[in-house]
Amino acid sequence: MAGAGTTIPSRAGVGLKACHYHDILGDKPDIGWFEVHAENFMGAGGPPHAYLSTIRASYPLSLHGVGLSIGGIEDLDLDHLDRLKALVDRYQPALFSEHLAWSSHRTAFFNDLLAVPYTDETLDLVCAHVDQVQSHLNCKMLLENPATYVVFETSTYDEVDYLSEIARRTGCGLLLDVNNVYVSCINHGRDAADYIDRFPAAAVGEIHLAGHGEDRDDEGERLLIDSHDRPVIDPVWELYGRTLARTGAQPTLIEWDNNIPEWSELFAQAHLANSVMTRTLQNCRSPHVA
Amino acid sequence: MWRKTQKQFAAALRDPGTAVPATISDTGGKVSLKRFNVYRNNVAAGLIDALAATYPVVHALVGDDFFKGIARNFTRLFLPDNPVLQNYGADFPDFIGTQNETTSTPYLSDVARLEWAWNKAYHAADKVPSSIAALADAPDELVANIGLRFHPSARLIQSAWPIVSIWQAHQENDPQSLLGQLPDRGEQALVVRPDMTVHISTLDPVAYSFIKALYDGQTLGQASPLVIDRGPLDLSGHLAALFDTGAIVGLSDLT
Repeated sequence: MAGAGTTIPSRAGVGLKACHYHDILGDKPDIGWFEVHAENFMGAGGPPHAYLSTIRASYPLSLHGVGLSIGGIEDLDLDHLDRLKALVDRYQPALFSEHLAWSSHRTAFFNDLLAVPYTDETLDLVCAHVDQVQSHLNCKMLLENPATYVVFETSTYDEVDYLSEIARRTGCGLLLDVNNVYVSCINHGRDAADYIDRFPAAAVGEIHLAGHGEDRDDEGERLLIDSHDRPVIDPVWELYGRTLARTGAQPTLIEWDNNIPEWSELFAQAHLANSVMTRTLQNCRSPHVA
Repeated sequence: MWRKTQKQFAAALRDPGTAVPATISDTGGKVSLKRFNVYRNNVAAGLIDALAATYPVVHALVGDDFFKGIARNFTRLFLPDNPVLQNYGADFPDFIGTQNETTSTPYLSDVARLEWAWNKAYHAADKVPSSIAALADAPDELVANIGLRFHPSARLIQSAWPIVSIWQAHQENDPQSLLGQLPDRGEQALVVRPDMTVHISTLDPVAYSFIKALYDGQTLGQASPLVIDRGPLDLSGHLAALFDTGAIVGLSDLT
């Protein structure tokens, strides 16, 4: 594909939303790249493809799947893999990512990213699915750490060890969602800084940042909800800096999918990410990469 | 092992009355209903939002609480069968008609049908419309045997209610004032997206029956009696109006 880069620059990008098409085409903002949810561009034609084609001609693109159910027990949906392949061929995204989660059971698609137990059984399953995706799309994929609200008593792996092993076995990269780390660690009483410090930095190919909501569970414990509906909070910015100190500069996405703000506010969040990246990398000129 | 747990998880997601699988816990080893309910809420809220995005006029007509109630009932019975959510909710218009609460608004189902047609048109394949010159170029002796090929986005809807006027009122800033001036009759709609904008136009009953016949595959020779001596427009007038909508992309094979 002409124009617009075959790699994602190590700076901030934002999730592309239909309500911002006109701002983007009118202002041609200086933003590093855009990410889209693949499933929103699976119609035959119409304005979604027309806008995405125009924006893709000027900006690098990352394709983010939210429906493959990679952690599901059932076989991957071959029709859906074909739809993804068609998008990859058409838009030549520089990155393709999906989630360590499941979302389909038999004929039902739940439209949510559901938690997976971390066991030898599911590790084999997820690795086989990741292999299949990479082979079908003929590209390396990034697998994203989930935000979770429950854990499974059957789990025998810690999440970082589990993701590390998937990356080692399949050669896939990892999308480190720092907000998800924060949400899951608060929800399950774990140390988010320790999670970041142990994460396999060399496998990271992208970072996600987002805002989250807060509730209480039945025991009155904090229960954070990965809602993508508000600005990134300070503790997550701090974790982001801690991450960058280990990984070096990374393509960093601001995800804002609900209560979507004016373009200017989203753009300002991307600026903030760039500032944190610049400041962090100045402070540690030779990042230690594990 | 995971197969069994996933099955229990899925069942508990679908039915709030089903117990949360015992293998799920919070980190303290206790099963937290509220934590599991985050997933239940995510599933319901995401699908209700998807329906609200596809059916904005129905949403506006009945109000947020009412819409969410019907949509929640729908999502409990019908989940998407694949991850492409623009295809979710095809049965929602029929479902609305089965809900007791909607008997006072009998036009809702048909307004929903119109919105579904708009949604399908929005995402349909792109195709450049033909001009009526294509017809003028055809040899006279073959015209009666010609059929018209419709744009992939084209849809026809007939209703006993003024659904196009209701829909159009909601494209304006103040739908309530316009809703007071609705025509006291049913309307027929042609939905088409010849370029980047979906157009919904009202057809009179004669034009509707003619276009519907062509849409269903009849030739001009077969369909033309539906318009001859049936109103102010002659056959060429009806054809010019139809081509003007951008709904025609070519002629069927001349045989």
